[in-house]
Amino acid sequence: MSDRVRTTLGGLELSNAVMTASGCGGTGRELAQFFDLTRLGAFVTTSVMPQARAGRPTPRVTETPSGLLTAMGLPGPGIETFLEHDLPWLIEQDVRTIVSVAGNSVQEYGDLARRLRNVPGVAAIEVNIACPNAEDRGRMFAWHPSAAASVVRAVRDHARPGVPVFAKLAPDVTDIVTIALACVDAGADGLTLINTMEAMAIDTDTLRPALTGVSGGLSGPAVRPLAVRCVYQVHAALPRTPIIGVGGIATGLDALEFVLAGASAVAVGTALFHDPGAVPRVQRELDEALAARRIDRLADAVGLAHKPAGYVPPQVRPQEPEKERT
Amino acid sequence: MSDTPVQTSATVLTVRQVQDYHAMTLVAPAIAERFRPGQFVALAVGGEHTSRLVRRCFGVHEVKSDYGGTVELVFADTEPGTAWLAGRRSRDQIDLVGPLGRPFRLPRDPVSCLLVGGGPGGAAVFALADTLLRRGCQVHFVLGGASAKQVFGSRMAQRIGDSATVATEDGSMGERGTVRDVLPRVIEETGTDVVYGCGPTGLLRSVTQVASDFGLPSQVSVEEFLQRTGACGIGVCMTCMLPLHGDDGVTRMVRACADGPVLRGDRVRWGDLGTIPFDALGAPRVLNLSEGGAQ
Repeated sequence: MSDRVRTTLGGLELSNAVMTASGCGGTGRELAQFFDLTRLGAFVTTSVMPQARAGRPTPRVTETPSGLLTAMGLPGPGIETFLEHDLPWLIEQDVRTIVSVAGNSVQEYGDLARRLRNVPGVAAIEVNIACPNAEDRGRMFAWHPSAAASVVRAVRDHARPGVPVFAKLAPDVTDIVTIALACVDAGADGLTLINTMEAMAIDTDTLRPALTGVSGGLSGPAVRPLAVRCVYQVHAALPRTPIIGVGGIATGLDALEFVLAGASAVAVGTALFHDPGAVPRVQRELDEALAARRIDRLADAVGLAHKPAGYVPPQVRPQEPEKERT
Repeated sequence: MSDTPVQTSATVLTVRQVQDYHAMTLVAPAIAERFRPGQFVALAVGGEHTSRLVRRCFGVHEVKSDYGGTVELVFADTEPGTAWLAGRRSRDQIDLVGPLGRPFRLPRDPVSCLLVGGGPGGAAVFALADTLLRRGCQVHFVLGGASAKQVFGSRMAQRIGDSATVATEDGSMGERGTVRDVLPRVIEETGTDVVYGCGPTGLLRSVTQVASDFGLPSQVSVEEFLQRTGACGIGVCMTCMLPLHGDDGVTRMVRACADGPVLRGDRVRWGDLGTIPFDALGAPRVLNLSEGGAQ
C-alpha cells in the first residue's frame, strides 16, 4: 500500500485513510475471512454498551433505493464480554481499533470511557451520540448541542489522556455545525460525520411499517450527498478539526468526495454488507484516484473543494526529490 | 481445500424454469470445492451499479465437477431482486460469496436418514442426500408443498432415495395433506434414526416437533428465515437473529447466517421467532428499582 493514503487524525497516525464504519464490521472475525484486517486504516467496533443487549426483534432491516433502513436497537455483548472476547482478538491480530461507545445516560458514557481507560490497544474512542437519553424522555443526545456536549465531556474526562475522542453526529438536526462546535468545545478531538438518518418504509403487503422499530436509520449511497454536505459545512466552520467521513461510500471516488469536502479519513459501512471486500477495493481505488489527479498525499486533498479553482496546495517535502510532472 | 468462503465473479451456465421455481447453474470452482451440504451462497443482484444492496442468500441444490466446478441454486421469483436473477442468461456474470454458514452434521455410522424438504429451499436436501448415500446411509425423502408445482425434485427423490413420499395440500401430487400429516408414518415405516429439514419455517417447526415426539435428533436449515430477514450473509449485519437455547440453558439471539443456517431443531425457539423472548440474554428489562432503575 502506498504512502499516498496515509493520514493523521488529531494525534492518531493511520497507515491508510479507509476504515470500517461502526456497526458494519461485526466483531472483525467475519471480515477477516475476506481480507487482512491489518490493511484497514482502523477497525471501528460496533457500539459497545454497559450491558449485553439483544436489540430489536426481526425484521430489523429493509432494502430501500440505494440504501438500507435498519432499526437494530443497539445489539451487542456489553462491555464485559467485549473486553474479554472481542477486543483482545482485534489487538492480537494487530488491527488498529477504534472503540465505539453508546449509553442511555451521560453517566453510562463516562463509565464506559473509564472501563477503557487502562485497556491497551484502544487507538481512539468514537462516541455514538445517536442514542436515546433515558433521562430526557428518550430524546437523542445527538439532537441537542448541550446533551451532545455533556456526553462528549463525560467521555473525554474519563478516557485516557492522549487517546483521541471522536463524536459521531447525526445528520437530521436543524444545524449540524452548532452541534459540531458544542462537541469540539466539550473536548472532542475530532468528529465522525454522519450517523444514519431517521427514515421509514411501509410494507405494502402487510400494510404496516416494514421494521419492528417502525422507523429506522437510513444508510448507503442514498445518504451520501447528505453526508458530503455535512462534512463540507462542518469543515468550513472547523477547518482544524479532523473529520472521519461516513455515509454511503462504496468506491474510491466516493471516498475522494468526502476528502475533498474536508474529511481526513473515511469509513465504509453499508457497502460491507453488499461487498465484503469493499474496504481493500476502496483503498486501492482511492489511491489510484489520488495518483490520477497528481495528488501525492491525501492530506493535500483534505478540504480542497473549499479552495478556489486552480489552487495548488503547498508542497513541503524537503527530503524528497521533486516528482516529475508531465 | 479451505474452510474460508470466497468472493468470486461467477459465470451463469444455465437458468431454467422448474415448476414454479428457477434453477440457476453457476460456474464457481472455488465455491464448489469448498462446499459442504447445508451451506449457502450470497448473491449480489442488479449488476455493477445496482441500487439493491441486500445480498440474496440461497442454499445450494447440488455441486458438480463440470467446468471445474458448478453450483446449482433453486429460488422463487418473489421480489425485484430474484426477478433480476431469473432474467439472467448464459455467460452473464454474478458476484457470489460462499460457501457460507455451518453445514449439516453427518452421522458417523450408516444410519437411516429422513430428509424433509419444502418450497424452493427444499432443494438443498439433495446435496445432503448425495453425501449421505456415499457414506452408505439409507436416505428417505418427504417432500411437501401447496400443490404439485411447488414440490421440487420429486422425480429425483424417487430415483436416488430408498423411499420418497410426497404430500400436497391440494392433493395434486402424492398424498393430500401436509408434511406433518405423513411424517409419523414415514418415520415408523423407515426406521428413521435422524431427521434433516430444509424449507419454510413452519415446516421446520413441525419436523422438529415430530422428531422430538419420536425421540429423534433433528437438524434443520433456517435458510428461508435468513432470506426473509438477512442482509449480508456473512455475519456482520446482525439482522437475521433468532432465539436459540444454549447448552447452558440460556437463550441467546444468534445469527441465522453465521451461527446457522443449520441448527439443531430442538434448540430453536420456534414459537418465539421474530421476537426477543423476555428471558433471552440481553432482552429489554423492565425498570427495576432495586437495581437502581438503570435502563
